[in-house]
Amino acid sequence: MGIIKTNHVSYDYVRVNDEGVEEEKERALEDVSIDVYPGSFVAILGANGSGKSTLARHLNALLAPSEGTVWVDGMDTSKEENVFPVRREAGMVFQNPDNQIIAGIVEEDVAFGPENIGVPTKDIWKRVEEALEKTGMAAYRMHSPNRLSGGQKQRVAIAGTLAMHPKCIILDEPTAMLDPGGRREVIETVAELNEKEGVTVVLITHYMEEVVYADHVFVMQDGKLAMEGPPREIFSKVEELQKYKLGVPQITLLAHELRKSGLDIPEGILSEEELAEAICRLR
Amino acid sequence: MSITLKNVSYRYSTGTAEEIEALKNITLTIEDGQFIGLAGHTGSGKSTLIQHLNGLLRPTEGQVLHNGQDIFEKGFDLRTYRTKVGLVFQYPEYQLFETTVLEDACFGPLNQGKTKEEAREMAKRALRSVSVPEELFERSPFELSGGQQRRVAIAGVLAMEPEVLVLDEPTAGLDPCGRTEILDLVKSLQEERKITVVLVSHSMEDIADYVQRLVVMKEGEVFLDDEPKKVFSHFEELEEIGLSAPQVTYLMQDLSAQGFGVPTDCITVEEAKEAILKAVGKC
Repeated sequence: MGIIKTNHVSYDYVRVNDEGVEEEKERALEDVSIDVYPGSFVAILGANGSGKSTLARHLNALLAPSEGTVWVDGMDTSKEENVFPVRREAGMVFQNPDNQIIAGIVEEDVAFGPENIGVPTKDIWKRVEEALEKTGMAAYRMHSPNRLSGGQKQRVAIAGTLAMHPKCIILDEPTAMLDPGGRREVIETVAELNEKEGVTVVLITHYMEEVVYADHVFVMQDGKLAMEGPPREIFSKVEELQKYKLGVPQITLLAHELRKSGLDIPEGILSEEELAEAICRLR
Repeated sequence: MSITLKNVSYRYSTGTAEEIEALKNITLTIEDGQFIGLAGHTGSGKSTLIQHLNGLLRPTEGQVLHNGQDIFEKGFDLRTYRTKVGLVFQYPEYQLFETTVLEDACFGPLNQGKTKEEAREMAKRALRSVSVPEELFERSPFELSGGQQRRVAIAGVLAMEPEVLVLDEPTAGLDPCGRTEILDLVKSLQEERKITVVLVSHSMEDIADYVQRLVVMKEGEVFLDDEPKKVFSHFEELEEIGLSAPQVTYLMQDLSAQGFGVPTDCITVEEAKEAILKAVGKC
């Protein structure tokens, strides 16, 4: 079994009126089963409203399924006694960097997590140092987080999660509010953590460009799992992706169009170099 | 209506140790009916610049001219002018505040001194033009999805029927489909109502697809100002300031370097496709 596993998970958002009587029920997840292996890099793609954030919130026990089961490191997340151990194993990074920074100095912000779980003081500082080192933020240790760029703030948020020594990190659209430079910074940091430290990564995004680092991609649509597979296989299905309201990078789209016009170009092109090579081979 | 910035400089925190010159001697004319893109790295002065366009900021030096008249001159009706230059900030949905969608969109026209009936009519027109369905008019804006909230917020500015529409990253945080929807909408407003549009964006692909003229800022100065094709031919300089050209531009450069007879100034998928098909003799 993987480090994160969901088994036929469904979730309803329920609206209750002032008397506490159920008024409206909306199904946000429907029969979702995913399995994430330890050390892997998994991406969850989906349009706004596809249920991807709802799914993410299940992965560290912020939400418990209405039906089905979620296990994190073998623990059932719906059991009260598992909630805190689950959150320790599965750290979460959210979209808005400004909403998750709480301290006046970077190092204190990163220390907040380990302090909360009762790590002894001298170990806390060791962990903070390590986490800042791994996210490339060591030079900013004594800085005020308010003065950092968006990408740097997100790296501090990632460091804060890392300092709790989680087995996996779940990132819910961590780059949605960043400029292209900040976006690259964050994604490269995450990919490196996965590769060098073996941290399991679940990246939720609607930018397809960010998915190229992933080993496995899940595509969500209307609360259901619509596609899954390695990035290249997913990217080769351009029309299906467009149907799920997902944009395809210019290069992948161009390769697809050229192929449709009769050129002998392979499916699932991800980079400009690959396409240039494929076109040169046509000569 | 044309807006001209004449030798505009702007300094934040003047007279303190933290004085920063955000705009340096900028001269720029925004012609009637143009669709203009504004790009630049974070901190290059884009946001400071657009706040001058409707007089939210007053230049430290220089003038902002509307049809030749200084907007800060005594006797100039700045209040009316501001309603003609609609500014849509980043994440405009954070500024929604009324109890219903319709009332929220009425706020601008009411401030313009319209009667309640007139304001409601203007608000309805604006909401329809951004495809907000009628059944949502009486709902709370906070119950809508992110993409719908964004459209309601834009409608709030459109309701004042501005002649110039300035949008600061209107597609940030939206999925690719939502991005296209908003940009198509802006394009059609520009074409049908002949309004002038200034679009601030980090996405060079979006800019390539929509704008007629692209202004690139660097450290508070106008770095490049030309049609997108010409601006993107300076892709190496753009990279130096943290920007880039659209993906296909790089592909065409690469192919050309390898001896293909293709134009290097393609910026959209469509253009690139035709050029490549022609070069390999399929057209």
